[in-house]
Amino acid sequence: MSHTKQLLRFITAGSVDDGKSTLIGRLLHDSKSIFEDQLSAIARTSERRGGTGAVDLSLLTDGLQAEREQGITIDVAYRYFATPRRKFIIGDTPGHEQYTRNMVTAASTANLAIILVDARKGVLTQTRRHTFIATLLGVPHIVLAVNKMDMVGYAQETFEAICAEYRAFAAQLGAHELTCIPISALNGDMVVERGENLAWYQGNPLLELLENVMIDHDINTTDFRYPVQWVCRPMTSEHHDFRGYMGRIESGEIAPGDEIVILPSGRTSRVKEIVTYDGNLQHAGAPKSVTLTLTDEIDISRGDMFVKPARMPRVAKEFEAMLCWLSEAPLDLNRKYFIKHTTRVVKCLFARLDYRVDVNTLEQQDTVTLQMNDIARVAMKVQQPLVLDSYGNNRSTGSFIVIDEATNNTVAAGMMV
Amino acid sequence: MSDQHVTHLDALESESIHIMREVAAECKNPALLFSGGKDSIVMLRLAEKAFRPARFPFPLVHIDTEHNFPEVIACRDKLASDLGERLIVRSLDDSIRKGTIVLKNADQGRNAFQSVTLLETIAEFGFDACIGGARRDEEKARAKERIFSFRDEFGQWDPKNQRPELWDIYNTRVHPGENIRVFPISNWTEMDIWEYIAREKLHIPEIYYAHEREVIRRDNGILPVSHLVQPKSGEKVEKMMVRFRTVGDMTCTCPVESHARNVQEIIEETAITRITERGATRMDDQTSEASMELRKKEGYF
Repeated sequence: MSHTKQLLRFITAGSVDDGKSTLIGRLLHDSKSIFEDQLSAIARTSERRGGTGAVDLSLLTDGLQAEREQGITIDVAYRYFATPRRKFIIGDTPGHEQYTRNMVTAASTANLAIILVDARKGVLTQTRRHTFIATLLGVPHIVLAVNKMDMVGYAQETFEAICAEYRAFAAQLGAHELTCIPISALNGDMVVERGENLAWYQGNPLLELLENVMIDHDINTTDFRYPVQWVCRPMTSEHHDFRGYMGRIESGEIAPGDEIVILPSGRTSRVKEIVTYDGNLQHAGAPKSVTLTLTDEIDISRGDMFVKPARMPRVAKEFEAMLCWLSEAPLDLNRKYFIKHTTRVVKCLFARLDYRVDVNTLEQQDTVTLQMNDIARVAMKVQQPLVLDSYGNNRSTGSFIVIDEATNNTVAAGMMV
Repeated sequence: MSDQHVTHLDALESESIHIMREVAAECKNPALLFSGGKDSIVMLRLAEKAFRPARFPFPLVHIDTEHNFPEVIACRDKLASDLGERLIVRSLDDSIRKGTIVLKNADQGRNAFQSVTLLETIAEFGFDACIGGARRDEEKARAKERIFSFRDEFGQWDPKNQRPELWDIYNTRVHPGENIRVFPISNWTEMDIWEYIAREKLHIPEIYYAHEREVIRRDNGILPVSHLVQPKSGEKVEKMMVRFRTVGDMTCTCPVESHARNVQEIIEETAITRITERGATRMDDQTSEASMELRKKEGYF
C-alpha cells in the first residue's frame, strides 16, 4: 500500500489573521501527524505567552528563535505529513505584504495552492495578490478555502457570494483548475472530517480533496526534454568504452531506439540504452533520473539538451520573461548577472524592462529598475543560446534563476513567455 | 508505464539523484558526509544510483566523535570497503589534542563539538561542498534550511539571509573559502527512509533492530550502559528490549522500547509512534527550544 503513494506538494497563502497556521495545525493534528512531544512543547510555549489554556495550533509552524521571540514567520518552512493515499509537502509561507518573494519560492514547486480568506471579510487585495502569484507560477490546482465559517453562522449565502466574486476574478487570470470549499479550521469543520455544521456543502473535506486531486498531468507528458547533467565515463577495465549521459527526464518519455536531437548543436542520434542502477529500462518518463547511451559518438557536454524531433523547443539568445526580483539590492544595469536555466549557466543582459505589475491592482506600470518583490515583464539577452520552452508549456524548461556575479546571490526568478 | 503513478519514493529518489549530480557537476571539490547511520546508508545507495557504473566523484568523510556505537563504525567501514570508495575519517580526539576542542569533562556529549572538527577537515582538504543526510522533518530549524545551504567563511548558517531556492534550479556558486552544505534527502521523512531501506533491502547496523540491552533511566530518558555511561549511585541497571531510532553519541543517544526485529515491524512501529525521532532519542536537542538552530549557526551540519 505505502509503495503506491503519490507525492503532492502544496502551499497555503493567507495571513495569520485568516487562520493559516491554525489550518496547517489542524491538518497535521487531525491526520495524526503531530507528535506528543511537539504538542507538549507548544503547550509550554502557549502557557509562557499567557495563553488561555487551549493549545494554540498555530505555534506548530513557528521555526526559528527570532520568529518565536517576535511571534512572526520570516521564511519558507517545509512541513511533511502522510495519509495512506499520499505523502504531502507543505510549503508554508508568511502572508505579509513584503514577502511576495517567499510565496513565489514556495509556489515554484507546488502542485496545488490553498488560498485562504476570512468568511467575514471575503476577497481582499491580498487574496488577489496570492492568486496572481499562484497563477503566474503555474500552480496547476487552486483551492479557495473560505475559513472562519463558524463566525458567519455557517451561512451558505455568504460562502456562495465569496465564491462567485472569486471565480470571476480567477477566470481573468486564467487559473487552471479551481475548487471552493467552506471550512472552520478552528473547529475542524470540512478540514479532515466533514463535521455537522456544513451539511449543505456537497463537496469533499479539504484533506480528501488533497488526497484525490489528479496530479499525473501536472508534468508535461508529451514533450521529451532531457538536459544533460553529467557525462559518465568510468574508464575502468570493465566499462572501458562506456559513455553515458546522466540527467533527469524533465518532461515526456523515451525508449531505446528513439531518435533524438541534441541541442543547441542540432545533431541527431538514437538512444541505445536507458541505463539505471537497477538495470536497463525499456521505457522511462518524467521525472525519472537515468543515464542514456547513444548509438553515435558525438561531442556532448553538460548544458546540452536531448529532445525528440517532433516537438522541438526554441533555441534562442533573446527571449522575454516574467521576472520576480528577490534581492534586497535592486537591479543594477551596470552589474553582471548570470542565468541558470536547466543545467546551463550563461551571462545575461537586461535588454528592456517592459513594465512592472502592481500585485495589488494588477495594473501595469512603467519602471526603470526592479526592487525586491517586484514582478515585471522583461526582455533578456544571453551570451550563449538557451534551449527553452514557454513556462506555460513546461515549468522545467521555461524557468530560470538570475545570479549576481559579485555576490553569488540568487537575485531573481524568471518564467519564459 | 505512462498510465502508472509515480510513487512518492520514486519521486524522492529521483530528486535526490538530481541533487547529487548537480553537486558533482558544479562544485570543484565536494565530499559526502557519512556516519554509518541509516540516513547516510540511504545516501550511499542514492549515490550509487546517481553515479554507477562510475565511481563516486567525491570521497566519503566521517567526523568521528569516538563516542560511536561499535556496530555503527563496523558498518561504516564495511560499506565503504564493499563499495570500493575512499573513506576519510577525522576524529574529535585530534581536535582535543590540538586544543581546538576543550571539554569540561571527559565523558560529556560530543555531538555539538563535531562542528569544530568538521570545519578543520573542510579546511584541510579544501572542500567547497559537503553533502549531508539531514532531513527537514527532523527538527524545526532544519525545516527552514535550503537544500543547498550556503555557509560563510566561518561555516556559519544565517537563517535570515538564505538564498532563495526555486524550482529545482540550485545556485552552487561560492567564493573561495566559503562552502555549501547540500542535503539531498531534505524532503524525506523518517518513514520514507524506512520504506526505502525495505524497498532497497539495505543492510543497516544491528542496533536499529530490537535487542536486549542494559540501560539506566536518567533525566527522563533511557541511556545505554557502556564504557562511557556507567550507573551513578542510586541508578539501577535494567535489562530491556530496545532499538535505536537514531545512532549518535553513545552518551546522549537514547534507545526506545521496542520489539521490532525487522524493517517491516519498524515501519509498523513508526506508523503509530507518537513521539518525534529526535524528541525520543536525543538528549542534547532538548536543552533548549533552539539547540539545533544555535549549533547550525556555529557550523554544525
